[in-house]
Amino acid sequence: MSIKVGIPRALLFYLYYPLWMTFFNEIGVQVITSGRTTREILDNGVREALADACVPIKLFFGHVMDLKDRVNYLFIPRVVCLNRKTVYCPKFLGLPDMIKYSLEGMPPLIDVRMDNRQGYGALLKAYGEVGRQLGVSKAAAYVAYGKAMLAHARYNSLLRQGFSPREALDLLQKPDRKPLRPKDHSLKFAVLGYPYALYDSFISVGLLDKMHKLGVGVVTAENIHPLLLALQRNCDLPKRLFWTFSDALLKAAHLLFKQKKIDGVLHLTAFGCGPDSLTNKFIELEAKKHRNIPFMTITIDEHTGDAGMATRLEAFVDMVRRRKEASLG
Amino acid sequence: MAKVTFPRMGESYRTFKMLLEDLGNEVIVPPRPSKRTLDLGVRHAPEFACFPFKILMGTYLETLAMGADTIVTTGGVGPCRAGEYAMLHHRILKDLGHTVRMIVFEPPRLHPFNFIRNVWALNRTRASIKGIITHIKRAWRKLQALDNAEKLSHVVRPREINRGSTTRVYRKVLDWIDQADTTGQIIEAEAAALDAIRSVPQDPARDVLRVGIIGEIYVLLEPASNLEVEEAMGNLGMEVERSMFLTGWTRDNTWNETTAGMTVKDAAAPYLPELVGGHGRDSIGNTVIYARRGFDGMVQLAPFTCIPEIVARTILNQVSKDCHIPVLTFFLDEQTGKAGMATRLEAFADLLRRKRQARPAQMLLPVG
Repeated sequence: MSIKVGIPRALLFYLYYPLWMTFFNEIGVQVITSGRTTREILDNGVREALADACVPIKLFFGHVMDLKDRVNYLFIPRVVCLNRKTVYCPKFLGLPDMIKYSLEGMPPLIDVRMDNRQGYGALLKAYGEVGRQLGVSKAAAYVAYGKAMLAHARYNSLLRQGFSPREALDLLQKPDRKPLRPKDHSLKFAVLGYPYALYDSFISVGLLDKMHKLGVGVVTAENIHPLLLALQRNCDLPKRLFWTFSDALLKAAHLLFKQKKIDGVLHLTAFGCGPDSLTNKFIELEAKKHRNIPFMTITIDEHTGDAGMATRLEAFVDMVRRRKEASLG
Repeated sequence: MAKVTFPRMGESYRTFKMLLEDLGNEVIVPPRPSKRTLDLGVRHAPEFACFPFKILMGTYLETLAMGADTIVTTGGVGPCRAGEYAMLHHRILKDLGHTVRMIVFEPPRLHPFNFIRNVWALNRTRASIKGIITHIKRAWRKLQALDNAEKLSHVVRPREINRGSTTRVYRKVLDWIDQADTTGQIIEAEAAALDAIRSVPQDPARDVLRVGIIGEIYVLLEPASNLEVEEAMGNLGMEVERSMFLTGWTRDNTWNETTAGMTVKDAAAPYLPELVGGHGRDSIGNTVIYARRGFDGMVQLAPFTCIPEIVARTILNQVSKDCHIPVLTFFLDEQTGKAGMATRLEAFADLLRRKRQARPAQMLLPVG
C-alpha cells in the first residue's frame, strides 16, 4: 500500500495543485484531496478555528478535518515567498502551526518552509526535504520537481488563456480533449479576488457561475500574464504591497482600468481580511479616477446567502448594461 | 515654517515634541484620542483596517485642522500591514483634499539612506551631525524616564491604600519629566518622579496577582485605545507587567537585537518558528517566559482583525495548556465598551485568585 498524502482543497490549492500532485505522483505517493466545499466542511471549520479568523482560514480548517482520518501525511507547507519579492499573508506563514496546535488527532504534517529569498535553489531544496520526509532519494525528488514545474507551466498557460482553475484542472487531466475556448459575452467584467475565495464556488456563492448566467464574461488576475502585472511597477505608490496576492490584485486593477477593455470591476473580499482592507481602498481610490468604469465591492463570510448575492449582482450588471446601451445608442 | 505632527502613542509624545522642537520644527502636539477622533477615523478609514489605523486617521485629521502640514511616522517591511499604513493614510488625506507631506521612517538597518534623508528634512536648524546625535540621546533618555515611571506605577497601583492615588501622582510626575530640558534635569526629574510614586501609601501585605500583558504594540502603548486596561487591572489588584515599552521595541528594531528579544524568539520557536509580522511571535514567546517566571495569568490585547495576533491567539490555546497559564484576549475596536471589559477582567481576576488558592491544595493531594 502506498503512502497517502492529503492536500486540502483550500488556499493555495487553486494555484499549486497541479504542481504538488505531479510532484507526489512522480515520487510514488498517492495524493488525496478533500472534497468540494460543503456546508458541513465549512461548519466544522467555523467550529474549530478562532472566531476572528477570516472565512478562507476557517474553510481550510474544515478541509483539514475532512482529510485527516484518510491520509498518512498532510501537506501544509509554510509558503513564505515564491517570487523573491512579496510574502504571503501572515496567516499563511503561521498556517502549519495554527493547524498543529488547534486540531487534535492529526496525522504528521509536512510543513516544509518555502522561501526563495534564501537563494535560487531554496525551492528545490524544500522539495528535496519533502521527498526526504517521505523516504525518497534526493535525486528522485529533484526529477519529480522538474516534471512538476512543467505541469505547473502548462496549468499557468491554460489560466492565461482565460480558463478558470477548475476548467484548467479538467483540461490537464484529459489533455486529449479539445480545449474549449471561453465564450464571448456582450459585457466583460474584471472580477478581482483571492483565488481561494473566488474559485471556491461555495464560499463565493457561485459568483463566477452567476456572472456567466447573467451573460457577463469574466477576467481575473490569474488570467493576466505576470509580466504585464510586473510592468505596473508599484502602482504609483512609494512601496509595493507586501503580500503576493494583494500585490497582483492591485496591479491587475491598475492594468485593467488603464486598458479600458472592461465594463465593470468587482472586488470580492472576505469579512475581516487584513490585506484587503488596504487593497480594497487602493482599488477604490483608483476607480475614482476612472468614472466610466463602475466598481463594486462584495464582502463574503460564512453566512453569505445566495439570494442576497444574486440580487446585488443582478442590480450591478443591469446598471452597467443600461449605461453601456445608453452610451452606444 | 513647516508645522510637524506625529502619531500619538501613550506618553511618548512628550519626547518627540522635545526632539522635533530641538531640531527647529514647530510641533503640533496630537490630542489624546477621543470619541471625536474615532468618529473621524472610522468615517474615512476602510472598514476592516485595524483599530490603530482608524485612530491615527482621526488624529491626523484633527492635527491637520490645527494647522499641521507635515506628518512624521514610521513605515515597516511587513508582513504586518502597519508598514503600509503611512502610504494609505497619505492617499486618503490627498483624496479628502489635504496637501500634506509625509516623512516615513523605515527601519534604519535596512534603509539607511531613507533615515539620513528624513533626519535631514527635519533638521531645520541645520544642526551638525554631532548636535543631532546629542539631541537624539537626550530624547532617548527622556523616553527611558517616561517608561520607568510607567513601569513603577504598574507595580505600585495594585498595592495603593487609597484607590486612584497612584494615577494622580503618576499624572503629576509626568509633567516634571516633561519640563526637564537637559540630560541632567531629566535624570533629576526621573529620580524625583520615581520617589514620588514609591511614596504613595501602600499595603505591603495585600495579595497581589501578577499578570503579564502581551499583544500588538499600539493598543498596548496607547491607553486611550485599550480603555486604560492597566489602570483597571491595577484597581482589581493585579500587578501588571507589560511585555513591550517603546524604548525596548525601538532598540530591537533599530540598531541591534537585545538578548531579551532573542530569548523571546527562542521561547516562541517550538510553537511558531516564523516571523508572522507585528508582534505575533513576541506574544507567544512572552507567554512562555512569563509562565516560567511564575505569573498568574496573561492578558492579550489586539486590534480587531489583527492578522498576527489572530495567528498567535490560535496557537496560544496550546501554550496556555502546556504552561498552565490562563490567557484572556481582548480584540479591541471602536465598539469595545469599558463596562464589558471590566466585567471580563473581574471574572478573570476571580479565576486567577481561585487558581492560586487551589494550587497548594493540589500539591497536598496524594498521588495516584
